[in-house]
Amino acid sequence: MDQIRHKVAIVGAAETDDLGQLPHMSRLALHAQSAKNALDDAGMSLADVDGLLCAGAIPNEVAEYLGIQPRYIDGTSVGGCSFMIHVRHAVAAIMAGYCDVALVTHGESGRSGVDAPRGGSASSPGGQYEAPFAIGGAPTTFSIPVLRHFHEYGTTKEHLAHIAAATRAWANLNPMAMMGSHRRAPERGGGPITPQDVLNSRMICYPFNLLDCCVVADGGGALVLVSEERAKDYAKDPVYVLGAGEAAAHWMVSQMRDHTTADGYRIAGEAAYKSAGLGPQDIDHCMFYDAFTFTPLMAAEDLGFVPKGEGGPFFAETKTGPDGEVIYKSGPGGDFPMNTNGGGLSYCHTGMYGMFAIIESVRQLRGECGDRQVPNVNVSMAHGPGGMFASAGTLILSNA
Amino acid sequence: MADYAGRLPVATPESQPYWDGLKEHKLMLPTCDDCGPHFYPRPFCPMPKCFNWDIKWMEASGKGKVHTFVISHQPIPPYNTEDNAPPYVIAVIELEEGVRMMSNLIIDDPYSTTVDMDVEIVYDDVTDEVTLPKFKPV
Repeated sequence: MDQIRHKVAIVGAAETDDLGQLPHMSRLALHAQSAKNALDDAGMSLADVDGLLCAGAIPNEVAEYLGIQPRYIDGTSVGGCSFMIHVRHAVAAIMAGYCDVALVTHGESGRSGVDAPRGGSASSPGGQYEAPFAIGGAPTTFSIPVLRHFHEYGTTKEHLAHIAAATRAWANLNPMAMMGSHRRAPERGGGPITPQDVLNSRMICYPFNLLDCCVVADGGGALVLVSEERAKDYAKDPVYVLGAGEAAAHWMVSQMRDHTTADGYRIAGEAAYKSAGLGPQDIDHCMFYDAFTFTPLMAAEDLGFVPKGEGGPFFAETKTGPDGEVIYKSGPGGDFPMNTNGGGLSYCHTGMYGMFAIIESVRQLRGECGDRQVPNVNVSMAHGPGGMFASAGTLILSNA
Repeated sequence: MADYAGRLPVATPESQPYWDGLKEHKLMLPTCDDCGPHFYPRPFCPMPKCFNWDIKWMEASGKGKVHTFVISHQPIPPYNTEDNAPPYVIAVIELEEGVRMMSNLIIDDPYSTTVDMDVEIVYDDVTDEVTLPKFKPV
């Protein structure tokens, strides 16, 4: 089952020029600017693109807007992990000869709401069986599984708070991160935070305080993929796809089979490991989608980095640095480097964050990350859910 | 009741018996002779090896447990007035019949809610047309 290993590479990866509050840009303009930046990163032109994959937009909308007529399209739009799934589909499409240059785009006016349609049908299952109970978006639904995990395994809010503090420490090293020291003053909540700060922040939806929740932003990102044979013809070092997986487990969070295990994570993860011929012990760097602090904890467990139920104590482990500073398990200097861009929690979260996780994996593998560069990253995993642990996409990427 | 501010469900032909039952203060579940009841209503048994389209309806006991829950502090309608202000509980209830459904828990102190707490159904007639299944501690 190693047919896809090392056959296709990511040769371009970039975000929009800025992330955060961009009321002057519409959803489709964010797609287009991301495409421009990723193609520039690869040293390619829009005219080279013959495959288009996107989420949060119909491929025809984006194709028409860009002025291209691709011969391969994929509009899989299942939430934040759509882009991991697009990469997996692009690998297959390029191997099958359906396209030569695949462009994956994301653009979302998640904060300003410029052409950001919201709300589903009152007759859909969600409209009938969840919406009437005053659910209000992700903070009230992504939180649903958490107390069951607490109940069964003794996980605590203090455990989760360490993930927020560790992720903020990475954000402080990333000039693009919305809540990092470079972009946001301490009096406006930017810069370093402690687990106690997380517990002291405003309650949004128990068990999530404000600092357990991701930021809400406008932005976009894009990727360019080509076959392994052509991968060295472009501007940057290629990042190869070694393994990939995807799954659809449920849609409504109330119908999740087991609220302490994301079935989709397991299915996608197993496929990714099998196609790459690798296991968790081979992964140097993890990008685990963090809409909330609990989300990456579930990934660490269900992808085999820590036994089920032990994610809380795992992430809450700290050590003391040479200058007396606290080093978090998943933070800078820790032995489980995760979400090194500052994550959805502190870097950027448009609504479908998965694109940004992949971009950071590419940059770490290229060694482009400056102050936040993790030493010796040769294999990176980018993984995320779509919806509330509903779908999943997993990529194992390498620079060799 | 005419100016209920919360989001209202609109039944489909397949779910109409469920919503009609609630209006009569009965919690009706679709059920398969071989596999038992399921939630939410579909015109077939959603067990992949069964997929039987001979579905009957049964009345549930209305008793269950809190499987998991959250306490929302967001002023989401109808919890956006002085009389009906947050925090409020959104819970996944596991019914005695073994199926799970989302609901609200009607409880004086939301923070006294516990996982596996015993609950029973309360029929909330939010409009003349729609009754929502909610739950309270036993």
